[in-house]
Amino acid sequence: MKFTSVLAAGTAAVLALGLTACGSGGGGDDAGGTDAVTITVLPKNLGNPYFEASTTGAEEAGEELGVTVEEVGPDTASPDAQVPFINTAAQQGVGALVVSANDPTAIGDALEEARSAGTKVVTFDSDTEPQFRDIFVNQASPEGIADKQLELVAEQIGGEGEIAILSASANATNQNAWIALMEEKLASDYPDIELVETVYGDDDDQTSFDKTAALLQSHPDLKGIVSPTTVGIAAAARYVSTSEYKGKVAVTGLGTPNQMREYVEDGTVEAFALWNPTDLGYLATQAAAALAAGDITGEEGDTFEAGRLGEFTVGADGEVLLGDPYVYDEANIGDFDF
Amino acid sequence: MRTHARPWWQRALLTREMLTVLILVVAWIVAASVVQGFDGPLTITYLVLDVAPVLLIALPMTLIIATGEIDLSVASVVGLSSVTFGLLYQAGLGLWSATLVSVLIGAVCGAVNGALVAYGGLPSLAVTIGSLALYRGLAVGLLGTTAVTGFPEAWTDGATENLGESPYPVITLGLIALAAVFAVLLHATPFGRNVLDIGRSKEAARFSGVDVKRTLLILFVLSGAVSALAGVYYTLRYGSARGDNATGMELQVVAAVLLGGVSIFGGRGAIHGVVAGVLLIGVLGSALRLESVTVNVINIVIGTALVVSVVAPRIAGGLRVRRRAAAGQRT
Repeated sequence: MKFTSVLAAGTAAVLALGLTACGSGGGGDDAGGTDAVTITVLPKNLGNPYFEASTTGAEEAGEELGVTVEEVGPDTASPDAQVPFINTAAQQGVGALVVSANDPTAIGDALEEARSAGTKVVTFDSDTEPQFRDIFVNQASPEGIADKQLELVAEQIGGEGEIAILSASANATNQNAWIALMEEKLASDYPDIELVETVYGDDDDQTSFDKTAALLQSHPDLKGIVSPTTVGIAAAARYVSTSEYKGKVAVTGLGTPNQMREYVEDGTVEAFALWNPTDLGYLATQAAAALAAGDITGEEGDTFEAGRLGEFTVGADGEVLLGDPYVYDEANIGDFDF
Repeated sequence: MRTHARPWWQRALLTREMLTVLILVVAWIVAASVVQGFDGPLTITYLVLDVAPVLLIALPMTLIIATGEIDLSVASVVGLSSVTFGLLYQAGLGLWSATLVSVLIGAVCGAVNGALVAYGGLPSLAVTIGSLALYRGLAVGLLGTTAVTGFPEAWTDGATENLGESPYPVITLGLIALAAVFAVLLHATPFGRNVLDIGRSKEAARFSGVDVKRTLLILFVLSGAVSALAGVYYTLRYGSARGDNATGMELQVVAAVLLGGVSIFGGRGAIHGVVAGVLLIGVLGSALRLESVTVNVINIVIGTALVVSVVAPRIAGGLRVRRRAAAGQRT
């Protein structure tokens, strides 16, 4: 009676299984062996240009070190979607897991289980609470970010004159920390530069755009705008690029190459800063390999060799600092796509 | 008494549900023998923890789909209950009280759906697509992009702990108990018979004295309450209450229910098939992830299995009708 339908549905499921079996022919043989180290890279989500850049770096490190680097990840950037991939890494018993956490605590239990199964855990870009991982590869220190932005703006305005800051919201923790550091450094190292005003664009494109216009009107002698937020710098550059101030007022800060490309190409922006995600993925994988090989344990003071980036030392709380922010300008912006 | 062409034991084995069970067994054996790492001790633990919320929600969903209706708002109720549970805990309420209030809020969410469908006479597809957006919006609106964390370890550990030295999490017991309750409800009570009658024909059920509206309302309230319970579990398992928790889970639930042999047109379905359907999706996902198959391909495989499980009975049904018609012409 219903047997035909039973058979039809059965065929479908067996087909689905067939895919599983086929997959194993390709990847199963080399993935499970204990002789070769496998490192799993788990970004916040797949299809994200920023993490595609970091995975490129991870694969580069894997090739140099002769370890297998596999990228897996969910299609949405949520912690619950990341957990099954962490569990899988534990089941596979991979040597190390390199992860950018979607939540500092929600993936903690899964990471702890993976570690008790012998997998080393390195976080990069977004950390978990320190007890859940061996090492965090930090993209930049607050001091590094503050100093680099001042260096850029000082260079672009010729070392003297009025500048203003276009920040995110007035209570943004990161931005406020950077601004406080910039104010200190301005007072001590840049006596000829005056910070005339700090305005807040709330990380909203339109608000940031309007605040830029207001800044330029109320400070006719303004020579530079520093925006330590990717939304702000792009909005400021857009306003300046179509105004009479283009080429007269410098715009710099923290931005991403894809947002800033047209303003660098049309000459509105000379240079801006951000860390380099490719280097970040490269360093995180080097650290993971060093942990998996037992060269380091993640203790403060451990040192390891990270290929083309040189030697790194593990700092307090298992943190490794990538270094000073990377400067993007006309010469190199074409190499990046994120 | 009707006479059947096949003895009872053949009829029991040759059902759509038993096919899903069979595929599950085959899938497990294939995965355990072919996939590296699948036969390890962690597989069962992770499998149960991963499928637990889907399984919970699939139980009332089975009954709803068996009436020919659907509830697409379930994953949003999970998110909303996760947020209310987190906020209530943050506000100093005890965890048991927070659980109770969250489940009640879930029941209210379900009651809104149920009232609109049963008494408003609106199609459940339209109503619950609307409340899918509404409840998710409330969840994300209440908590923004932040999360409530820091739940007591006794509770978060309880959500993931194993029974003694076994690979089975403690929650397995709760899942089995609840599945048994719903199996009895559907298969051994007048209420369950009414559910299947409504699925076959609402008019006929009404004429034979079934209170269709009340039955539908009860089902949607159950769905909301159980989804909210799943939301509390979800929050404890990940130790984090977030508005975006379980986004998109309704598709996994509906897929599991249909794979388990419940007819999307209503009128037939069984809990054991649905449990097998839930586990089958879990096993496929686990095996494919172990093979480092990307998430897109996993979605393609599960989506294909779902479409085929809906389409195949239709095609087979069509063939059967044609065969009967041909046989009729000959006599």
